[in-house]
Amino acid sequence: METNTLDISLKDRMISLFEDKKDQIFKNDIKPVSALRNEAFEAFTKMGFPHTKMEKWRSTSLEETLAKDYNFRIEGAPRQTNVEKIFECEIPDFDTYMVAQLNGWYVYRKAPLRTLPNGTIVGSLAQAMQEYPELISKHYGKYADYNENGLTALNTAFAQDGIFIYVPDGVEVEKPLQMVNIIDSDENLFIQSRNLVIMGKNSKLTLLQCDDSVHHRYTFLNALTEVYVDENSTLDHYKLQNKDDSSTLINNVYLHQEANSNVTTNAITLNGGLIRNDTHVTLNGRNCTANVYGLYLVDREQHVDNHVFIDHATPDSYSNEQFKGILDDSSSAVFNGHILVRKDSQHTNAYQNNKNILLTDKATVDTQPFLEIYADDVKCSHGATVGQLDQQAMFYIRSRGISKENARMLLMYAFTAEVVNKISIENLRERIDDMVKKRLRGELSICDQCVLHCNHPEKELKFNIDMTKI
Amino acid sequence: MLSIKNLSVSIEGKQILKKLNLEVEKGEVHAIMGPNGTGKSTLASIIAGRDFFDIDEGEVFYKGQNLLEMDPEERAREGIFLGFQYPVEIPGVSMNNFLRTALNEQRKYHGLDPMSASDFIARMEEKKKMLDMQSNLTKRSVNEGFSGGEKKKNEIFQMAVLEPQLAILDETDSGLDIDALKIVANGVNKLRKPDNSTIVITHYQRLLDYIIPDVVHVLYDGRIVKTGGKELALELEEKGYEWLKEHAY
Repeated sequence: METNTLDISLKDRMISLFEDKKDQIFKNDIKPVSALRNEAFEAFTKMGFPHTKMEKWRSTSLEETLAKDYNFRIEGAPRQTNVEKIFECEIPDFDTYMVAQLNGWYVYRKAPLRTLPNGTIVGSLAQAMQEYPELISKHYGKYADYNENGLTALNTAFAQDGIFIYVPDGVEVEKPLQMVNIIDSDENLFIQSRNLVIMGKNSKLTLLQCDDSVHHRYTFLNALTEVYVDENSTLDHYKLQNKDDSSTLINNVYLHQEANSNVTTNAITLNGGLIRNDTHVTLNGRNCTANVYGLYLVDREQHVDNHVFIDHATPDSYSNEQFKGILDDSSSAVFNGHILVRKDSQHTNAYQNNKNILLTDKATVDTQPFLEIYADDVKCSHGATVGQLDQQAMFYIRSRGISKENARMLLMYAFTAEVVNKISIENLRERIDDMVKKRLRGELSICDQCVLHCNHPEKELKFNIDMTKI
Repeated sequence: MLSIKNLSVSIEGKQILKKLNLEVEKGEVHAIMGPNGTGKSTLASIIAGRDFFDIDEGEVFYKGQNLLEMDPEERAREGIFLGFQYPVEIPGVSMNNFLRTALNEQRKYHGLDPMSASDFIARMEEKKKMLDMQSNLTKRSVNEGFSGGEKKKNEIFQMAVLEPQLAILDETDSGLDIDALKIVANGVNKLRKPDNSTIVITHYQRLLDYIIPDVVHVLYDGRIVKTGGKELALELEEKGYEWLKEHAY
């Protein structure tokens, strides 16, 4: 395997960091987690960071971001703070149960781990290892295969904290759970964050993952989320990504579904330096539904990469991938949708679609819908388009007296609507709809009232989709 | 109102209109008839402002202004409306949002304040009633999933809301059953005013049973080969377009 010198240097730093800080890293572990760390560390030592000679990374280069001089916060702990003070979500009437991580560590107001009246357990993963070792042992590291991906191996070796959620059998959690991951630092940071969500049978959960960063320091967030969805359960999952241009976000999500479960996951990327979303779905029982959606609106030099892998491991399930993006300036996007239908997975329905609008000739898209089918009685389809705005529709709108600029806006907005309309929480849908409109108009789309952002120079940044370039 | 002189137009080197002349006065309804592929839709598109044609020669004046120098939106704001032969579907944009934006951009152009939400709703309701239209069309996305007939009715509805001075209806009757045809024709007749003009482009005579034109033109091979009163349409129906060939050259 060829690696460049810069890669080697960060990789080597990681290796010596692991050996030097072993006591610290293993401090809160229970045995099975420690065992996984050692194995994953070996795997990372062999694999290193992904690079563009690997098929799944051919259009996303980490070279530049890995060359930055990062600091690591190994010595931390979940800590008490006034979460509301550092992050205030201004989605009107959007009543959520909010949990937050600051620079990779869980922050809380009252307790590091709480049990809600309905029995749901929410809090710090590090704390959950101490209080619920059986649950952790049963699920931790069971869905994220560290042999498959260097970043997953790295996360498994290093991650010490993150968010833990357990929904007992039969519990429908009414309020959406909002997981906020904030990076706020005066130094360059490399952060490993690990989340574990366990849903019992016949349960229901809405999960909103917000990724924000506010400093202009270089940050690399290697986040990994494992989600276990037991029989007859329903998960509604949203990722809202609003990152600054100097940030790198790796978002590995592993969804494991048992029979008759229903998962919808929707990744809305409004800003980000380099974002890679890897969504792995395993359909491990009959009659599962997995909807994997995404929308990305990027400009300048931003890069967003959505990789989806859906494993139809059992018959009679349905999956649907729909991703849409608008790209301006020199931004770039990647879509890779891989559907695997195993030999005995008859009566599978699997669909995928990726549509892109390029506003300039410098913007690029690499889209690869990919079906791998070994069963013979299945319905599958895939499609991808890369184009400009529909000229016929442009003329139709202008012929009613609407200016060229507004006609473009209407069409771009209409293009995004298909994905935004799939958001089932009304307040959230309206809010994201607003953010998309503002983003298209060139205004700042980060939640306006958010204290975190308002006190920051980022407010002065202009995000523009340049109308004159179509 | 509209004055076209010696208009020659081509697409990719192929000549579509050849020294065409047309004069439409205030208050008149003109019908333009002719077989397929003779340039009827091209003429409609040129007036509305589509830009993929090459204007080889000639001029088009509307209310004394040189139309060929104006953007499509400016023409619309000056009162030109094109009823499309194939209305475009725009998923994600509601009819309400679309029409309100259009109306307010026109108002802004004329130095008027935006219409209030309640006035807008009142205007929509009034026009729906006038055209006997189902209200549910306006809540849906523009033309999305509309049947052929619904799309054409929707064109007439937009015309009613925008209140143009010069409306061009491009094959609005094609693909309509007789009931839908009556609704469309009825709409056009109700919107007819002494100050407004209408150009009805049609392949068949039957629409003209319901919309009585002042002047009928026959367009053939890129030029107007015959102009007459409403009886010309009947003559054409009877003798067919073959009969025209002798007039064409």
